This record gives sequence, C-alpha cells and structure tokens, in this order.
Amino acid sequence: MGFWRKVLAITWKDALSEVRTREVVSSVLVFALLVIVVFNFAFGTRQEVVTAIAPGLLWVTFAFAGVLSLNRAFIPEKEQGCLEGLMVCPVSRGAIYVGKMLASLLFMLVIEAVALPIFAFLFNLPVLSLQIIVITILTTVGFVAVGTLFSALAVNTRAREMVLPILFLPIVVPIIIGAVESSGLALSGKAWADLSSWLQIIAAFNVIFLAVSFLVFPFVIEE
Amino acid sequence: MTDNGESSHASPGWAIQTQGLIRSFGDHFALRGVDLEVRRGERVVIFGPNGAGKTTLIKVLSTILNPSSGRVMIGGLDLKSHAEEARYRIGVVTHHTYLYGNLTAYENLQFYSRMYDVPKARERIHDVVAMVGMTSRLHDRVGTLSRGMQQRLSIARCLLHKPAIILLDEPETGLDPQAVPMVWRALEAEGGTEPSIVLTTHNLERGFELGERLLILAKGQIVYQKAKQALSLAELKQAYQDYAAGGEWDSGAKF
Repeated sequence: MGFWRKVLAITWKDALSEVRTREVVSSVLVFALLVIVVFNFAFGTRQEVVTAIAPGLLWVTFAFAGVLSLNRAFIPEKEQGCLEGLMVCPVSRGAIYVGKMLASLLFMLVIEAVALPIFAFLFNLPVLSLQIIVITILTTVGFVAVGTLFSALAVNTRAREMVLPILFLPIVVPIIIGAVESSGLALSGKAWADLSSWLQIIAAFNVIFLAVSFLVFPFVIEE
Repeated sequence: MTDNGESSHASPGWAIQTQGLIRSFGDHFALRGVDLEVRRGERVVIFGPNGAGKTTLIKVLSTILNPSSGRVMIGGLDLKSHAEEARYRIGVVTHHTYLYGNLTAYENLQFYSRMYDVPKARERIHDVVAMVGMTSRLHDRVGTLSRGMQQRLSIARCLLHKPAIILLDEPETGLDPQAVPMVWRALEAEGGTEPSIVLTTHNLERGFELGERLLILAKGQIVYQKAKQALSLAELKQAYQDYAAGGEWDSGAKF
C-alpha cells in the first residue's frame, strides 16, 4: 500500500504541475494537430488512399508527439535538484519510475483523446471505435514504459532532444508495427479475433519492457 | 545483522558510521577511504576546499550515490541492504532546494509529507513553516519566492519528518544574515530529540561556532579532526591552511 500511495503522490505532483503550466499537454497537442492537418493536406481525402495510409499516419503522429512529451518528463526534476530530492525520500527507485510513468501516460492519453476525434473528422474514418481505443491505450502503455526510462537517461545529456528519439524509437519499433497493423485491421472492419495476435504482441512487449524498465531505472538515475 | 537490518557490529551510540568509504567517478576518486563516526546528537562540521569530496560524502550518506566500496551505516542500518528504511531517519539540505517551482510552498511540503508518511501532515506543515518564518508565503508558488526564502523552505522540507540525522551541504546558500540564526534555531530545536548534524561549509567562523567536532576533508580523505573544546578558531584556521588550502591542489588526482 505504501508503494502505491507514494507512486500516486508522484503522479499527482506531476499532474498538478502540468495543470499549472500546461507545458506538455498544450504544446504537444498543438504539434499533434498540426501534423494531422499537414497529413490531411498532403494526402487528400480520397477514401481508398486514406484508409490504406491512415494507421501509419496515426501512429507517426502519436510517436512524434510522444517523443516530444517524454522529452519533458524529467526536466522539472532537474530544476533545483528535485530528482535528488526524490532519491532521498524513503521510497524505492521503482516507485519513482512508476509514478513518473503514470504521469506521462496520463498526459499522452489526454493528447490522444483530443487528437483521435479530430483525426476521425478530418479523414472521415471510424477511428473512435472500441478496437482503436483499446489499441491506442495498450500501445501507449508500452511506449511510455520505455520512454520514461530513456527520458531519465537522456535528461543528463546535453543534446537530450536528439538523444531520446535516437535511443528510444528503435526500441519501440515492434510496438509501433503492432499498433499500425492492428489499427489497419480494425479500420477495415475485422473482428477482435483477427487483431488478437497483434494485441498479444503489444501486450507481451508491455509486460517485458515494464519489468525491464522497472529493474533498470535505479541504475539509470543513480549513476 | 539483526532482523530489522541493524548490524550487530554497529554501536547503538553512533548515528553515522563509515568504514573505508571509497567513491569514484570513472578513474577519479572523490572519496578515498573515509572513516567517519558521528554520535547521536553530535554536531560535526566538515571543512574542505572545492573538490575535496564534501558534496560527494553528503550524497553517499544521504543515499543519492552508492559507495564504490566500503561500508556506510545510518542509525545502525547498513545502506547496502536497508537504504529505504534509513532514509526515514535522514533530512538533507543542499544548495539545491529540491522544491518544485510550479507548486506552492504548501503543495511542495504536502508532497514531501506524503513521501515521508508524516502523520498529521497539515499541522506539521504549519509548524515547520512557522519555524523558518515563512507562514505568510505558504500559499505562494515557490518560483515566485526569493532564493533565500526558497532555502528557508528547503530547511522546512528537511524538518518535516523529524529526522534523527540532518545532513547539510552549504545550507546557508542564499540566506540573508538575519535569517541564518533563525534557521539554526529551527534545526537545533527540532522535534525535542536532539538530531545529529553533519554540516559541510567553507565558512570557518560559522562552522567553528556551530560544530562540536571539526573535520577537514582534503583530496577525499579526512586529514584532520578535533573536538571544539581542544581548539581555538586561530588554530582551526592554521590547520585549514596547512592541510587543505596549502600547496598545489590537484582535485583530479588518481588514487
């Protein structure tokens, strides 16, 4: 119980800070919407073209928005040495990781919740289906699980805006492929059974990388 | 080792014990075999020039950094196996405030009281804020406070959970001269049970005034230590000149 109380305290602190500043959600949301609009102009609205490329467009948008969002995850902790402040608290390093990860997950889900209906409207596609929502949540969990770890790693580097995507995107390629493939199947009206193998791959990725990130995080912040 | 993590070798009278503490960064040795013992309730002041290893020592004692080798005991708990438990006993103040600028003073202290499981947190927050004279700014965002006010708030943060061991790394950064005695009164009066205090500073006069035992750290080693009763300020200054300030300083020397 103590573990989760402290995890939620960290998440609450990040959420409260974000409510005050709107640094992450508002700027990343604007970025995501601009990308969607640019894609809309670039590829037009011909239904057969849009249906074929929409899954890719959607996940390129979310992946880049996610990188931008995660780049900011540990910056508040660097100011006034707050990460050290967390490290001297009687809480496991793993709890710090989970708390930061949940905050990033919350921000990403808010961004996606706004971006998805606009994507649906501009491309006239049924992306607000239960299948796409489940795929989005599942993929975002894995994306943020890995991204939080690499964000902690990159925050101490001088060119962190470059370092994070270079380290992080190759690792999440399997999950993005899974998301694109399963989204494509969902948009073409397939049943849950047809998506299940991709969803299982994404879920397996999530479990493995959550566990690995949880175990590796203490070494990342201590050294 | 007992069930609660207290070492059978640790003396119950010691708040801090380090044995052969070494900490390196690559091939640079910041601490080179530090043996430090601090009694419960004792005030130890550590002097040393830049690069002597003072901040590294505080970071190891506060569990921010792991030792490269050697043993560290906090309140009888071995940090290797019981770091999380030992952190309940430690309060830390450095030149970094550990405060979030976008949150108010109250929200910062509320956050840290949750992290330390502080009972009756609301009352405790008001108590510690009053101790450092910040009650009127309790609901202001930390980012709007002056550097000195932030440092006072940082001391309130450190006192929230009534730590038995207070580690202070240059804590007077940004404090105006009038605020310093008030802050020290707060630290000394904390909790009714006298905490052990380890202070690092460049300020020989201030350190001499506050300490019961005075140490000089140079090139990652304790090169001098004496009880204050056996020492005058002039002797301390001479010792500092001899051991720390004299000669060519080589902070990057290999071990």
